[in-house]
Amino acid sequence: MTRRHLISVERDLDRERIERIVSLAGSFEEVAHREIKKVPALRGRTVLNLFYEASTRTRSSFELAAKRLSADVVNFAASGSSVEKGESLKDTVLTLSAHKPDVVCVRTPWAGAADLVAKWSGASVVNAGDGKHEHPTQALLDVYTLVRKLGALDGAKIWIVGDVLHSRVARSNILAFQRMGASVTLAGPPTLIPRGIENLGCDVRYDLDELRDADVVYALRMQNERIDQPYLPTLREYAERFQINGKRLHPRQVLMHPGPVNRGIELSGEVVDSPQAVITAQVEGGVVVRMAVLYELLEGARSPEGGGTRATTAGARDPQLA
Amino acid sequence: MSAAPLVHRPSAAADVLVSRAHVLDPREGIDAPHDVLIRDGAIAEIAPPGSLEPPEGAERVDGEGRHLLPAFVDPHVHLRTPGQKHKEDLDTGTRAAAAGGFCAVIAMPNTDPVVDSAPILRALRDEAAREARIPVGFTPCITQGMDGAKLTEMAELRDLGAVGFTDDGKPVVSAGMLRLALQYQRMVGGVLALHEEDPALSGRGAMHEGVVSAMLGVSGIPSISESTMIARDAAIAGYEGGRIHVQHVSAVESVEAIADAKSRGVQVTGEASPHHLVLTDEEVRSLDTRMKMNPPLRSERDRQAIVDALRDGTLDCVATDHAPHARDEKEVPFEQAPMGTTGLETAFAALHTELVLPGVLPLGLVVERMTAGGALFGLEVPRIEVGREANLTLVDLAAEWVVGEDGYESRSENCCFAGRRLTGRVLLTIAAGSVAYRQRAFALTAA
Repeated sequence: MTRRHLISVERDLDRERIERIVSLAGSFEEVAHREIKKVPALRGRTVLNLFYEASTRTRSSFELAAKRLSADVVNFAASGSSVEKGESLKDTVLTLSAHKPDVVCVRTPWAGAADLVAKWSGASVVNAGDGKHEHPTQALLDVYTLVRKLGALDGAKIWIVGDVLHSRVARSNILAFQRMGASVTLAGPPTLIPRGIENLGCDVRYDLDELRDADVVYALRMQNERIDQPYLPTLREYAERFQINGKRLHPRQVLMHPGPVNRGIELSGEVVDSPQAVITAQVEGGVVVRMAVLYELLEGARSPEGGGTRATTAGARDPQLA
Repeated sequence: MSAAPLVHRPSAAADVLVSRAHVLDPREGIDAPHDVLIRDGAIAEIAPPGSLEPPEGAERVDGEGRHLLPAFVDPHVHLRTPGQKHKEDLDTGTRAAAAGGFCAVIAMPNTDPVVDSAPILRALRDEAAREARIPVGFTPCITQGMDGAKLTEMAELRDLGAVGFTDDGKPVVSAGMLRLALQYQRMVGGVLALHEEDPALSGRGAMHEGVVSAMLGVSGIPSISESTMIARDAAIAGYEGGRIHVQHVSAVESVEAIADAKSRGVQVTGEASPHHLVLTDEEVRSLDTRMKMNPPLRSERDRQAIVDALRDGTLDCVATDHAPHARDEKEVPFEQAPMGTTGLETAFAALHTELVLPGVLPLGLVVERMTAGGALFGLEVPRIEVGREANLTLVDLAAEWVVGEDGYESRSENCCFAGRRLTGRVLLTIAAGSVAYRQRAFALTAA
């Protein structure tokens, strides 16, 4: 059997698979509201979280998702490990693969590293962020959040605002939103919009003058590590021109952010706390979407390809009944 | 008295009759089947096909259906000696060169230590005299430690045989330093070969800045990081009346800058690498580290401009920038991988397959450009002419092979053409009058 992976939206997620995962995530929603928040769907399976970048939120979301499916979870962080002793990614992956994980969720600061892990590990690989390249589970949880909020993304106008240059979230979300039928506009200072990105079929703006057109405003995090670099004269000027605040956000619009938020920079405090913001819903959605991703990789692969067959066998293997 | 520019290990002079091969030497105006007799390492006779018999003790090589070309000269290779022999050494690197049909190469000095002083150059030449299968020339550094701050002892290095100078791998960032080097050049000679890149523009880029880098989220190296430095350095060379050679030209703006400088009479030449002539940044979509080199694979528009520039002579020669790296160095995420692809063993076949066969460039022009690089550094051009030292390569233009399938002569395997099916294969190379390479499957019939 060929291992299935979730490495990039670009290659791995067509609309059908996105919808399958979103619908599966919906069926896991109920688990989160139980007193005992656990189903035995992945009992005996091992999920390895391999994180080369500091990440509390994404890592704990993957960990919780795996545990709610009763999988065994091993967390491996690069700091304080053999990696600091100079071990290569390849050797780390070969070593950890000896523990026979079923899924490796990997985050690294390097584009394409998840592909290498897939090549070396023999496990299914979920890309939890590879450099500035992609972050497909973020895109899935954002689609999930929007589907629950809006019903569907077809025809929706989504503005992604801020530091697109350094954002893997932006790259994955542009593709996922478009594949779900939305149109995407990018807005930010030209120093933070990568040359050539318009070839993905999105509009590029250097101001928020027409932000009112948007159904969804997706603000990106202004990463602190960029502040020392000369991309921006000052954060004050950035906030002046690109901060999403009460004056710019319309009550009709949905506000999203991948977190963690810099209050007073990309978002004003008032909009973070406003009813338009679905930021905590995104975090909640993160766990069920990752449950769906893990389940789909490990159990979804067993169902024969082809919609008809899957439809007849799906009931028998309902994750909640398993 | 200056030392000879090229060094290689002594080996037996060839006595070979290549019979009935199609001999092609654009400079000599030869483009027809001939018998070519090599006696004691020199071209003794060029005669009608089938008219010669091998003399006593000479081998007969059946050239029927094959092409005999002047062997190629590569003005830009990294032989990784001293200090990085896990990547390549003088033996493996020159074996790879011979297997690619080259009869001479010029080695870059960005080794460990860098080649920036007489003792290091002397030791390197001594080693080449023991190990190199084909003649090797050396270009020591322009600046001490390749740090860009102080000139090397260029006069002494020239006396020891330096064919030119370069800080390849790095630009000479300071315009003032380049100016001093060009002034000093008036006294010592030796072309300055320049790796043109403005680090303030290339930053931490790992690939061409364009549509693909935007998609991958990999920091880009803009084409202007190369072209602005070329324009600057051509202006300085023009002002000082100096002679510069621009290495591995990759971008359309760079071609324009060189054409402009040439039209103003600046003594500037340029080289094109097979990977920039054949591949584009589309190859990087897979983040295959073999596709990572500096300058990077650029857009299709850039590639076309490099091809056109090679055709019209704006770029004077082909240079491989053969840059071997060990497997473990390249088996890392793309952004962490070192820059460089090997190229000696595939240069001719790649250009033949991708440019000659589709009719983009004539074979004669490719042969001319692949043999022209040494002359820019004062080396003799290989010619198929009676009385000349034999520097020849016999190729089968119909032979198909898959790159890497039979391994490599190079110690490293980081070849951007790996896995490609190429048409055209080197069967035999005679360098400096000695047989330097025979393809394993190619049978030689004794007289």
